[in-house]
Amino acid sequence: MQKSLKARDNELAVTNKQLEILDGGIFADGELPYFKDKIAEIGHFPLRPKKLEILQINVGYMCNQVCEHCHVDAGPDRKEIMTRDTMRQCLEVIKNTGAHTLDLTGGAPEMNPDFEWFVEEAAKAGIKDFIVRSNLTIIRANKKYHHLPDFFKKHNVHVISSMPHYTRGKTDKQRGDGVFDKSIKALQELNARGYGMPGSDLRLDLVYNPSGAYLPGDQMAMEKDFKKALDEDFGIQFHNLFAITNLPIARFLDYLIASENYEDYMYALVEAYNPAAVANVMCTNTISISWDGWLYDCDFNQMLDLKVASKVKHIKDYNEDLLNDRNIIISQHCYGCTAGAGSSCQGTVA
Amino acid sequence: MANSYYDPADLRKFGKITEWSEELGTKFFDYYGKVFEEGALSAREKSLIALAVSHVVKCPYCIDAYTKDGLQKGITKEEMMEAVHAGAAIESGATLVHGVQMMNKYNKLSM
Repeated sequence: MQKSLKARDNELAVTNKQLEILDGGIFADGELPYFKDKIAEIGHFPLRPKKLEILQINVGYMCNQVCEHCHVDAGPDRKEIMTRDTMRQCLEVIKNTGAHTLDLTGGAPEMNPDFEWFVEEAAKAGIKDFIVRSNLTIIRANKKYHHLPDFFKKHNVHVISSMPHYTRGKTDKQRGDGVFDKSIKALQELNARGYGMPGSDLRLDLVYNPSGAYLPGDQMAMEKDFKKALDEDFGIQFHNLFAITNLPIARFLDYLIASENYEDYMYALVEAYNPAAVANVMCTNTISISWDGWLYDCDFNQMLDLKVASKVKHIKDYNEDLLNDRNIIISQHCYGCTAGAGSSCQGTVA
Repeated sequence: MANSYYDPADLRKFGKITEWSEELGTKFFDYYGKVFEEGALSAREKSLIALAVSHVVKCPYCIDAYTKDGLQKGITKEEMMEAVHAGAAIESGATLVHGVQMMNKYNKLSM
């Protein structure tokens, strides 16, 4: 299993280096326009938040997988884990937020030793849509996680899981050997509890992101292909497929540079820029909270350590009104969210 | 100026052909876009046809473009290679079927 950029002392583990690349080269040369100039053309600069809808909490960067494209640079060697004290601060916010969706992510969020306690406490707040982003394999990784499908069902958690492709080869290439078979088994177990079944309230959605230096295709067409293949081959059902564009940061940026695809990929993102997607990019309705309680415009900005441009920067000082009155921090990675039909943690936006 | 006839970066400039003939360029791209929309054939099927034809007409730009398009549409490498073989089979068949002409001529000229 490969290691995270951080464990490898890769220069991209330093976020400033990533920002330097994103601001320099073809953008500094004027070959491609800066993102701020593109959105200024349609009057969206500075980018401002709309009503807060989603609180996305990253409970830690530890993961049982080391996916090639991971923007979190997650892996078993990452030790950043949210403590119960920070979770308590989050719970105070969850009880009082105007957001209708709580979105737990990681790493593998289930690997946080206080994950189940946190879910139980957060579920009491009665938030409308309670999402856990599960990589699926964690359910089969160790006996101590085998009960997770029942646990999710008990708390009516909305499960969103990554599934790069409906074929073994493509999935394992991106996410590691054996991931496909374990994911299939986990999906079958979720289906057995009613997750993803037609008409079921137990929501199971899949996330597709490309296994390489290209953009995702049409979300509806991909969903159709995934549904047909997973049903015919394995009898698996799910609700929706979210097609997510890989943003050029962290391990995916490292891959783009190493494979000499960086410039072509940035050209493709800029060429696919869709002004109609700008108004609904997820940073306009989301606050991202890191394992140590810092606040960000999105999970990608979190990984670039671009904290919110607000007086309120930490969960301990959380104030939704003050936070909503901020300018969103942008850079060239943001083109990933405005390409084609747009991209967010909830799929397309345009 | 590039020192070879084909420069992969030129593919990005394809749209610029409109600058020297706006009417024809625009008509072409409108037509092109329409052709590849979902119709009686799916966009996926059309992408595979385009990939096969790209090989037959030996267009390196088209091969790059429709390999990437196939990846974007979730088309597998096995499907892509089968499409290339379909094109290759037609192309080699087109050569071989002329063998009948050769046989006809041979027979006509021979006692």
